[in-house]
Amino acid sequence: MRETEIFRLPALYRDDFRITGYRFGQGEKALAVVGSLRGNEYQQIYMCSLLMRRLRQLEEAGELCEDREILVIPSLNPYSMNIGRRFWPTDNTDVNRMFPGYSLGETTQRIAAGVFDKVSKYRRGIQFASFYMPGRYLPHVHIMQTGFEQAKKAESFGLPYIVLRRPRPYDTTTLNYNWQIWETEAYSLYSSTTAVLDPVSGEQVVESVLQYMRAEGLLRGEAKPAQPSEIISDAQIVSVRPEKAGLFRPLVQAGDPVRAGEKLACIQDVYLGDTLEELTSPCDGIVFFVHDEPLTYANTAVCKIIRRTP
Amino acid sequence: MIEKITSVMLPVDEELRIQKNRLCPEDGGNGKRISIVTGIHGDELEGQYVCYELIRRITEHPEYLCGTVDVYPAMNPLGIDSVSRGIPGFDLDMNRLFPGSLDGAMTEYLAAGIINDLLGSSLCIDIHASNIYLTEMPQIRINELHKDMLLPYACRANVDFVWIHGASTVLEATLAHSLNSRQTPTLVVEMGVGMRITKEYGEQLTEGIFSLMKSLDIWRGPAETVKKPLIGHRPDEVCFLNAPVSGIFQKESAHGVWVAKGQSIGKIIDPLRGKLLADVTAPQEGLLFTIREYPVVSEGSLLARILQMSRERWEESVGAERGGCHAGNGDL
Repeated sequence: MRETEIFRLPALYRDDFRITGYRFGQGEKALAVVGSLRGNEYQQIYMCSLLMRRLRQLEEAGELCEDREILVIPSLNPYSMNIGRRFWPTDNTDVNRMFPGYSLGETTQRIAAGVFDKVSKYRRGIQFASFYMPGRYLPHVHIMQTGFEQAKKAESFGLPYIVLRRPRPYDTTTLNYNWQIWETEAYSLYSSTTAVLDPVSGEQVVESVLQYMRAEGLLRGEAKPAQPSEIISDAQIVSVRPEKAGLFRPLVQAGDPVRAGEKLACIQDVYLGDTLEELTSPCDGIVFFVHDEPLTYANTAVCKIIRRTP
Repeated sequence: MIEKITSVMLPVDEELRIQKNRLCPEDGGNGKRISIVTGIHGDELEGQYVCYELIRRITEHPEYLCGTVDVYPAMNPLGIDSVSRGIPGFDLDMNRLFPGSLDGAMTEYLAAGIINDLLGSSLCIDIHASNIYLTEMPQIRINELHKDMLLPYACRANVDFVWIHGASTVLEATLAHSLNSRQTPTLVVEMGVGMRITKEYGEQLTEGIFSLMKSLDIWRGPAETVKKPLIGHRPDEVCFLNAPVSGIFQKESAHGVWVAKGQSIGKIIDPLRGKLLADVTAPQEGLLFTIREYPVVSEGSLLARILQMSRERWEESVGAERGGCHAGNGDL
C-alpha cells in the first residue's frame, strides 16, 4: 500500500485541504473506490476504513492479483466532516454536483476536476454513496442508466438488489454519471445508513466489493456471491407518504417482507398523542427504506417498498 | 387581495403557506397578467423592496390598472425567515425542484402548486439577488434556448445588461426553465447582493416592470423611459476571474464600470503574515458586471465577471441610456 496525494488546496488559516488516496499493486488501473463526498457520510468513510483493513491484510497475504492497481480514496471532503457540515464550508456547494469538474473554475469544481482527472483513468469505479433522505436502506447496488451501464456484471457483488435509475437532470453532474460517460464501469453501493455507523451493513458492503474484485480477477480465489441479486428498476419501488405531518412511529424495518394492507407506520399528533394516520403497504413486497427521524413532514416518502413481481 | 396558492402543515402546529397578492381592476381586467416572483432563495432579498414598491405605486393609482398583477414575495418563506438559502430541514435548493409534482414530496408538491399558479401569465419575472458572495449590476439572464421569446421583453425591463448564456441540463429544474418551456415567458433578474437591499436597483427594476406592464397593456399610467441594455450574446464574451490563491479579498473597483486591461480589480491578502498574495487585474477590457463582496476566498472562488467590450462601445451604450426606448401601450 502506498499513500498518495490526490489533490491539495492551500488555505489561509486552516491546514491545507488534502485528499489522500491509497494505492495497492501496480499495473493496469483496475479499480478506484471512493468513500465520502459529503461531511455527513460517516458510514461511507467508515466502510472505506473497513475495506482498507481487508485490502492491507490481503496484500500482505499475497492475495492481490499482479499487474493490477487499486486506488481507495476514503474522503473527498475532510474539511466539511471536520466541522460537521454536509457541504463545502465556504459556499455550501455539493462536490457531488460538480463533476466532471473544471480545473480553472470555482473551488468545488477544482476539487471535482482534481479527483476526476485521477479516478476516470480506472476501468472500474465504486462509490460508497448515500441518499439525502434520512433513514435506513436495504443494502444495494445503484446504477445510473446512461446506456453504458453494466447491470448484469453487478450481480457479482452478491447484494440482494441492483437498482437501475433513469438519470434526472441533476444527476448529470454526479461522479457516478460522469464516470460512466468517461467509460468507467461505475457502481454506487449503498449500505443501510449515512450519518450513523452500522457495522453489520458496512461489513456486508465491503464483503461485496471483495466478491466483485474476485469475479473481476483483481483478487485471487473463487468468487462466491453471498446471494443472488435481483435487478429492478426504480419504477418498481413504491413510495409510501403520509397525508399528515407529525411524530413518526415505524412498525417495520428495511428488509422485512410485507403484504398489501400490512401496517408500516403510524403518524401521531405531536401534542395529543392521538394516531392521525396509519400507513399501510400498497402492495406485497420487501421494505426497501424506512425514515428514521422522530418527525415527518406531510407528503414525504417515509417508507419505500419493492413491489414483488407476480 | 391576498391569496394562498399552496400550503402544507408542518409537524408541530404550523402551516407553511405560499401567498400572493393579486391586484386587478374591479371589472376583472382585460385578461393580461404579469407575475412577479421572488424569494426562491431565502438569502436573496433585493426583490422584497420591488414587491413593496410595485404594490404601493399601483394602489396609489388603481385607475391605471387594466390587467392583473400577481406579486409573490416569498416562494421560500421558511428560508427567508431563517436566513437560509435553501429550504431549511431539507437543505435543498428550491430552484432545482421545478416543475415539481403534486404526488411528490412536500417540497415537490409546493413547487408544482407554484408552477400551476404561474402558468398562463403573459409574463413572469423571477427576481434574484446573486448570493451572499457576489454583487451584480441589474441584469437579466436568458437561456439561449428561449432567446427569441424573451429578448424583446428583456430589452424593456430597464436593466443594464442582458446575458444570453448556454443551455445546461442542471438548469432544466429551475422555475424559469419550467415556465419558459411551457410557453409562459419568464425573465430571470439578477441584481445586487444577498442579505441586503439596494434601494436604487429596486427602483430601477420597478420602473422596468411598469414599462413592461405598459407594453403588455396591463398599465395605462405613466412609465419612465427605460435604459437600453447591453447584450452579451456569446459565451466567450464573458470572462470569469477566479481566485488564484486562498486569502482575504479586498475589492479595489466598483462594479458596473468599464475597466481597462490590466486595471486592478482587487487584492488577495494574508492578514497573518501581512503579505500581499495576489494582485487581481482585468485580463480583458470590458464591463465589470459582477464583483466579489464577501472577503474570504478559497482558491477558485469567483472574484469578478467582465463582459468584454471596447471603451467606445461602453461609452456609446451609456450615451444611449438617455435615448432609451419608450414603452407604447400594448406593443408587446
